[in-house]
Amino acid sequence: MQMIVELLAKNGLVFAFVMVGLVMWLSYQLSDRLTAGRLHGSAVAIILGLVLAWIGGTMTGGSKGIADVPLFAGIGLMGGAMLRDLAIVSTAYGVDMRVMRKAGAAGATALALGIVVSFAVGAAIAAAFGYDDAVSMATIGGGAATYIVGPVTGTALGASSDVIALSVAAGLLKAVLVMIGTPFVAPLIGLNNAKSAMAYGGLMGTTSGVAGGLAATDKRLVPYGAMTATFYTGLGCLLGPSVIYLALLAVTGR
Amino acid sequence: MIIYGVAALAACHLAGVILGDMLGVLLGVQSNVGGVGFAMLLLIVVTDWMRRTDRMPALSEQGILFWSAMYIPIVVAMAAQQNVVAALAGGPVAILVGLAATAACWALVPVVARIGGQDAPLPPLLPQEA
Repeated sequence: MQMIVELLAKNGLVFAFVMVGLVMWLSYQLSDRLTAGRLHGSAVAIILGLVLAWIGGTMTGGSKGIADVPLFAGIGLMGGAMLRDLAIVSTAYGVDMRVMRKAGAAGATALALGIVVSFAVGAAIAAAFGYDDAVSMATIGGGAATYIVGPVTGTALGASSDVIALSVAAGLLKAVLVMIGTPFVAPLIGLNNAKSAMAYGGLMGTTSGVAGGLAATDKRLVPYGAMTATFYTGLGCLLGPSVIYLALLAVTGR
Repeated sequence: MIIYGVAALAACHLAGVILGDMLGVLLGVQSNVGGVGFAMLLLIVVTDWMRRTDRMPALSEQGILFWSAMYIPIVVAMAAQQNVVAALAGGPVAILVGLAATAACWALVPVVARIGGQDAPLPPLLPQEA
């Protein structure tokens, strides 16, 4: 037994392929049998993935979900940023440049609006709970953008560590919500064509959330959403500690 | 050969990420700006040129399509390593901020998607394509 566990841990990535294959099979069965295919198999698989992440996080107290369990470390490689980004890039194969260009204006508007609205919502709620200085408001607002923008903004402005932790938690929750919620809200917000997908990526911004959410909705939307989402975190890190902080400072005066 | 497709994909990925990192440094941001996006644009342009000049046989194409087909399983593996515990343990402020920001941006999708005229929905997906 000990020997087998060691062998599986040593062949981590290969074992991850088997594990994820099983999760996919189980998900498509559940999707067919329980929801008659209404909830897409990939949506079920992503929810199962998040449940596994929760189980792993509770078991180990680590920050990388099931990948913190040594036996499942291969999941960390398979779903890590390197292979994830390679797979995202590959989805662009065969995309028509003209479609991309036509939706460009909507995508750029979505980016600007998505960043500003997230910061504004986050800062307003922060202020309502007593975090009413510009540094804390900008940091928590950054967390409302993505879980990277929050800590980058907070570190740049010298926010306290509890405020930074808060911003990370808010951003993580947003990523999880976008992953799970996208297939459910898609019909309500007209998320069914290239242009709305580009708008979606720019407005939501969280790469993992958008990548998961669109995979669960319709894989053909992925390249368009990923295209705009990939600019979001960088722009958020640019605007957060500068323009948005100064704007908040002008409003709050401290 | 299949590896040619994989190599073209990987080269576009790296070139894009390098470009994104350089843009990040240029803007003075501690983050990659649009690397994956640049990589996607590169892949579209490069593979379009390769196809038009007959440098992309079906076998090379398979090297890219394989990774595209692995996208959803990879995303499932990504989901399985999210810090879900921390996402749920942030307390009322973090939960409210996360919920409200997500909801507000969801509500804006139809507004922004209307810029420059509404697009028709994609044709329905065949089960075997999913």
